[in-house]
Amino acid sequence: MGFIGRAFLRLLHALSKAFAVLIALLHTVRPRRRQRIVAEGEPSPRWELAVIALLVGAACFAVMFIVIYAADWRRQTQLLGLAIGGAFALLATALIIASKQLVVSEELEEEYPEVGDPAEQLNVTQIVTETGSRMTRKRFLKGAAGAAGAALGAALIVPAASIGPVLDTESLYYSPWRRGRRLVDEEGRPYRATDISNTTFYTAYPENVDHEVLAAPIVVVRVVPDRLDLPPGRDDWAPEGILAYSKVCTHAGCAVSEYRKPLFPPTSPQPAFVCPCHYSTFDPATGGSVIYGPAGRNLPQLPLMIDDAGDLRAAGDFSGPVGPSFWGVRS
Amino acid sequence: MLRRAVGFLDERTGAAPFARKALRYLFPDHWAFLLGEVALYAFIVLVATGVYLTLFFEPNTATTTYHGSYAPLRGVEMTEAYKSVVDISFDVKAGLLIRQTHHWAADVFVAAIVLHLMRIFFTGAFRKPRELTYVIGVLMLLLTLPEGYLGYSLADDLLSGMGLAIGYAVALSIPVIGGNFALLLWGAPFPGDETFWSRMYIAHVFVFPILIGTLLAVHLALVASRHHTQFGRRGRQSERQVLGVPTFPGQTPRSLGLFFAVAATLFLMGGLIQINPVWLWGPYHVGESTNGAQPDWYLGWLIGALRLVPDFDVVIGDRTLVPNPFWGGALFPMVVFAALFAWPWLERRVSGDRRAHNVLDRPRDAPWRTAIGAGFLTWVFLIFFAGAADRIYVFLGISYISQIWAYRALVIVAPFAVLLVTRKVCLALQRAEAIEAEQEEAEHEAERAAAEPAVTSRG
Repeated sequence: MGFIGRAFLRLLHALSKAFAVLIALLHTVRPRRRQRIVAEGEPSPRWELAVIALLVGAACFAVMFIVIYAADWRRQTQLLGLAIGGAFALLATALIIASKQLVVSEELEEEYPEVGDPAEQLNVTQIVTETGSRMTRKRFLKGAAGAAGAALGAALIVPAASIGPVLDTESLYYSPWRRGRRLVDEEGRPYRATDISNTTFYTAYPENVDHEVLAAPIVVVRVVPDRLDLPPGRDDWAPEGILAYSKVCTHAGCAVSEYRKPLFPPTSPQPAFVCPCHYSTFDPATGGSVIYGPAGRNLPQLPLMIDDAGDLRAAGDFSGPVGPSFWGVRS
Repeated sequence: MLRRAVGFLDERTGAAPFARKALRYLFPDHWAFLLGEVALYAFIVLVATGVYLTLFFEPNTATTTYHGSYAPLRGVEMTEAYKSVVDISFDVKAGLLIRQTHHWAADVFVAAIVLHLMRIFFTGAFRKPRELTYVIGVLMLLLTLPEGYLGYSLADDLLSGMGLAIGYAVALSIPVIGGNFALLLWGAPFPGDETFWSRMYIAHVFVFPILIGTLLAVHLALVASRHHTQFGRRGRQSERQVLGVPTFPGQTPRSLGLFFAVAATLFLMGGLIQINPVWLWGPYHVGESTNGAQPDWYLGWLIGALRLVPDFDVVIGDRTLVPNPFWGGALFPMVVFAALFAWPWLERRVSGDRRAHNVLDRPRDAPWRTAIGAGFLTWVFLIFFAGAADRIYVFLGISYISQIWAYRALVIVAPFAVLLVTRKVCLALQRAEAIEAEQEEAEHEAERAAAEPAVTSRG
């Protein structure tokens, strides 16, 4: 290795000498040099060394990234991040040192561009007005062009209506609940009245209907019947004190998935449904009325009945439209 | 060699004079001028990581069952979209690094734009002849918000679904046309028809990035055509002469260094700091939601507004006309952006200043602008913080309801208080400078007076 190394060095030496001679020759041939554009500066070999070291370091980190990628270690994400982030960080340091120490940072002056060129502005307006001077029925032409433009624009926009049922908003009132439809859980098992305890709340869906429909999910709770204070006409909507409401908040459409159930009734407020998005709070005992938060409409209530087998069934559709409000929605 | 390459290109494009100009374009030097560059470089990282993610993401809401390597979700039914995001996180090598870097880059991108906007505003850089540059910048900020929202909505995890539900409610709340508009976008009542996901996808990976990229190019072209603004501090800078470091050799290594520093930060964050662990949230279902849900920071001001606005709808008889989400979710951001867009012309009308400006104001030089800006920022940021009231309740136990009432009072009072104090501070700083200048003047005079007798004695 020593021998080869020395031979290589000698070769390099000879080459560099030949190169120097060549440069000298060129200089004698063309002695005149162009004036510098970039200001001259002192060389700083130490900083050059630092930059070289940083660049080599960046290369090492990049190679490490490849190795980690190939090697399937634990915590691969963290190691990959460290490797590629480290490579970038060293590269950044190298460049910043280079900008401060290896290149001249000359501060130069230059004129700001003129703000506007009045002569050219005049030319532009002149070209446009002179072009129009041949036309005699300007108003008609403008009107016709405007009509063509407007009609064509409208024609090009109209197909956008295919994107969605823009004119028919009846679907916003859709509900899959009908009288007699059974309440089932996520897995499709029917809820029996005896399943509903008064300590928690249950999420139910209409049987044999897509669960991912805004009006499908409902919350079911059991309240002591003499605490009930439902609006008029809903006397038989809560058999045994079992109540059902749409699970979708009437404010912004999140699922009302928090049930504030008092663990110690004397000091805790009454049970309530709470939406975790903007904390609209609804009272199940009074027909889903809003007791706090930005919701504008009560939670729609679903009338319930218990069939002969003891299963819970809907006794009709909701008391109002489900989900967030829109222009003209019935309260 | 270089000479030949330059010759080749110039003979075929005629670009040499332009390139020479570009290489010697001057960049005035101040750290705050780098904020826009940070945004630019975050955008580059976003595009690069985003393209990678598109190779694995599936914008499809057909249901499937998970069998990947994340055990807790095995056997769970989910959409193809959500499954592909979980797969990117666990089964694509380097996938989680790229996903998290993409998400962090989005947060840093918007933050850098907001800081850049603040710098531009408080130094008066938006004034003639740079109003268009400013308006395009604000427009880009406006576009980044839906772009980011679409990005994290595509994952179809529980949080993204809740965010989409709120977005749907806000669309629905627009007066008169809300119902039609929401149905047009979603194709059907929430959660929308099966094409909705591919619509969001094409908007996120194509429409919005193209718009932002195009505006970015125009923004930069306008900056270059009018040249950078500069601070007039060292006496050499003036309205007619720009003083700065040329692109080559001074600015290029600096700017590239900044690019790699931004990339380093984002990839280190992406590798080391967890963000949006969708596998913990689970798939979204219409009937499910979770407590403690927060959007990405740049939409925090909207959730804050939705929570702060009191329970108020426009109702006639038993019909709701304007539902509540409209105020916080649509009207509030419209007011904020309208104010941002209109500001250069508002200020021009009030101040009557129609001249072109290349030298920046320091905030104290324009006390009214600085005061109004500070008050406006206070207003928006208080509403932003109100969005975190539920988290404050969890961490500090301060009742949510009393916090909301406190914020309601604060968002009315605090901006004016901040406005008045800021103006006073600006004026005081101006006075202090005047006094200092006077003192210096007096000292100079004293020195001159002390020097004079020596001169006369010699004579």
